[in-house]
Amino acid sequence: MNRLTWRKMVNAVMSSVTALCALIAVVPLLFVLGLLVVKGTSSLNWAFFTKLPVPVGETGGGIANAIVGSAELLLLAALFGVPLGVAGGIYLSEFGGWGVPFVVRYAADLLVTVPSIVIGIFAYAVVVLPVGHFSALAGGFALGVMLLPIVVTNTEQFLRTVPVWLREGSLALGAGHWKTTMSVVVPAAMQGILTGILLALARVAGETAPLIFTAFNNAYWNRGLNQPVSSLPYMIWIYGISAYDDWHRQAWAAALLLLGLVLVVNVLSRLVLARRMASRRIA
Amino acid sequence: MMNRRSLVSLLGLAVCAGLVGLGSLLSPGPSNVSIAEPVPLPSVLINAAGATFPYPIYSKWFSEYHKLHPDVEFNYQSVGSGAGIRQTIDKTVDFGASDGPMNDQQLAEAKQKLGYDILHFPTVLGADVPCYNIPGVTAELKFTPESLSNIYLGKITKWNDPALTGPNPGVKLPNTDIVVVHRSDGSGTTYIWTDYLSKINPAWASKVGRNTSVNWPVGLGGKGNEGVAGLVKETPGAIGYVELIYAIQTHIPYGVVENKAGKFIKADLASVTAAATGAAANMPDDFRVSITNAPGADAYPISSFTWLLIPSHIADATKRDDIKAFLKWMLTDAQQYNEGLDYARLPKAVVAKEMTQINRVQ
Amino acid sequence: MATSNTGVEVRLPSAPRGRGLRLGGTRGVDLIAKMLTLVAAVSVLLVTVWLVIELWEQSELSRHAFGFRFLLDRAWDPVFGHFGAMPFVYGTLVTSAVAMLIAIPLGVGAAIFLAELAPRGLSDTLTFLIELLAAVPSVVLGLVGIFVVVPWVRTSFGPFLKDIFGFLPLFQGPIYGVGFLTAGLVLAIMVLPFIVSISREVLLSVPNDLREGALALGSTHWESTWKVVVPTAGTGILGSIFLGLARALGETMAVSMVIGGTPQIAASLFAPGYSIASVIADQFAEATGDLFRQSLVELGLVLFGITVLLHAVARLLVNTTARKAKGAA
Repeated sequence: MNRLTWRKMVNAVMSSVTALCALIAVVPLLFVLGLLVVKGTSSLNWAFFTKLPVPVGETGGGIANAIVGSAELLLLAALFGVPLGVAGGIYLSEFGGWGVPFVVRYAADLLVTVPSIVIGIFAYAVVVLPVGHFSALAGGFALGVMLLPIVVTNTEQFLRTVPVWLREGSLALGAGHWKTTMSVVVPAAMQGILTGILLALARVAGETAPLIFTAFNNAYWNRGLNQPVSSLPYMIWIYGISAYDDWHRQAWAAALLLLGLVLVVNVLSRLVLARRMASRRIA
Repeated sequence: MMNRRSLVSLLGLAVCAGLVGLGSLLSPGPSNVSIAEPVPLPSVLINAAGATFPYPIYSKWFSEYHKLHPDVEFNYQSVGSGAGIRQTIDKTVDFGASDGPMNDQQLAEAKQKLGYDILHFPTVLGADVPCYNIPGVTAELKFTPESLSNIYLGKITKWNDPALTGPNPGVKLPNTDIVVVHRSDGSGTTYIWTDYLSKINPAWASKVGRNTSVNWPVGLGGKGNEGVAGLVKETPGAIGYVELIYAIQTHIPYGVVENKAGKFIKADLASVTAAATGAAANMPDDFRVSITNAPGADAYPISSFTWLLIPSHIADATKRDDIKAFLKWMLTDAQQYNEGLDYARLPKAVVAKEMTQINRVQ
Repeated sequence: MATSNTGVEVRLPSAPRGRGLRLGGTRGVDLIAKMLTLVAAVSVLLVTVWLVIELWEQSELSRHAFGFRFLLDRAWDPVFGHFGAMPFVYGTLVTSAVAMLIAIPLGVGAAIFLAELAPRGLSDTLTFLIELLAAVPSVVLGLVGIFVVVPWVRTSFGPFLKDIFGFLPLFQGPIYGVGFLTAGLVLAIMVLPFIVSISREVLLSVPNDLREGALALGSTHWESTWKVVVPTAGTGILGSIFLGLARALGETMAVSMVIGGTPQIAASLFAPGYSIASVIADQFAEATGDLFRQSLVELGLVLFGITVLLHAVARLLVNTTARKAKGAA
């Protein structure tokens, strides 16, 4: 075989091999989704959504408190992470100079990579120990600390994509810097910022580790911010590692619910962002 | 008008940032139940954490108690005796639970940190059973103390080892590897198991010792009684130790153990109660007693009390009264639920003594 | 009146407000705004610094008790108060190594296909799906790990590996199902989307002239990819690998559910072990005795240190490629 044929063969083979890699990379997601649908759908019944957990060994309970608890924790995380994050992102993009923004960006980058269990230790030391007990607040704080750097980085990135001429036009017309930012730049980037926040919330919604020694868990409804609270990922964890078939069923259903919500948010966000990027290219 | 809008935006930012702090200040504490409400809302949430060993009976109790007293919620989290002790000392929960009594060092630490004592209240009697998953074997295996300790020391590694086939002549044990399963978390069930192994095997006592968390020579770690049962159920060749009810509820076969008197005894209500008779007569004032390897022809050798760890001083009056009321209920009416879940009742002498200890909770 | 593509209109103010075109202007509103947003931005910095301080302070007892020996000590004995990080560092490194060994070839291969060889529509769809994998919560993957991967390793994959590679100490010993190998497999699934995503972006950022130049000189598609584009993007791809590794090291839930909960250093991949993140998750809430708990915090500090270092290196590598690409363009 001559050299050219050999090279063409290598081309064909390697193209196939890399295509195979890509296909293999897609399989896990589809597999997990399929598995959860098969194992979890049958348990997604009315009791599951509305009842509280029953004593161990008995059947018929649900995880209503965990679903509400997760929502509560996300709200707390958003309260802590979103305003600070968006404002911080605005600073980095609009007002920043050289020193502070560089350090802040580096810190945000760092904070994003901190393992979630370490954030849990931090929240334990900073909220649980001084207050004296576990609470939704501690859990929300832990999740908020995870949310904050993501929102900051994201907001800054999207603000930066707003073209300079938009800012300059506004300033040229006499609007002040802050007015420009709030009336022109932020609204222009708003879609991206909001989807970024939603994606960050979806990411944080699935976190279990930071909640283990902050939010603790609650067999009943959460009665206040300074009381323990149950959550979806936590229930998936303890039900999953147990030996009770009924708990396993509920774990699958809860996992399906959680993954479903997370995927819906992710898919919608990406579609919105893709459309935005496409229209941007046309402009 | 533009200016005001900007100011409003700034104000909004400042308010949002302060909301978190505001939230914690405004969070609802226990409210008093209003007189005319037909169904009073739960006004008190009492948090407890600890042993997984008695979790089935505790969750039943707390559920039944809540039906009788809808205004009180006991939130018990089964996180392991080690965590129960830790969190009682740290006071991150209102009370704890453990099947390994707090040792002197821990009690001293608690006294030093909190300023008051922690009281032990025995609640039920239970048993650690050796459960196993051997493909093809459904029979009830007989275990001698030596074989159990040597399995856990890693000296016996196959199911058809003579130490195991000897006491079980009618059973065909395969040449499978033994997969030892223990607890990965701090556990009172571990305390009971290692306490027993330390008593019957001096090598174990010096090499590993007794504690809620030990340096295991061999084996896999599962989290909680639930985790160990889960691992044993899923892993062929596995042996683990769990509280009796976990083996029963998950339909895992468990073996009988040779007791001090030389008889192979199965863990059940009668044999566990028999193990406690000696201790009942001579219960120490602080209720910290070990009944493993108890004398008596019909005593199950790996039995134990399990305790609630109640602070002797509770500042919140409502919580204190609720806890004391629960303790009284627990010692009397609640005991009727024990047998349904294969836990043995407390001996009468012990109950009487505990009633007096309730008065120490101020 | 200028209109941006999002339809926002800029209106003339009713009365001009004087000179204020300087960025970071001196007008009251602008100053307050700058201050407030600065505070918000600095809060990120504060939280990070606070985190490090807390980790440092809360591990004081164990740092003084064990010093640097902590990193090398193998024991984990709560009864005798003897703690060492080695088994957990080992477990973390081994599971991450297994994960990277699987995820790197698969990931880089997939990225090459998606960036260079695939038609646009297919590439976009597949990338979309692969990136969604990154959104799957760790505990959900742990659940799948317990009920699918563990039995599969125990009954099929493990014996298969043992048959073929049993002469290596890596594949000897009993196959429990849980263990280093299983944890590594689950981790690989978690790390894969990061490597694919970042490598793909890095490859796409290589300027077209390089590709076209190679093709113009008569190379095949694969040759232009493998011999020109990939080397150019090399440091960036390496950066993506480091980022993936940083992610793998810190992964908690999925690993703790399938690793076997045993602090030990074992040669076999089938053996159960422990990772730093898993042991903290399992034992932190119950560490009786301050030394025990602070040892766990110290473990957290060690993990934090390793991930920070890796992340810094990764960022450096990725940024170098980005700058090179911009420079060459």
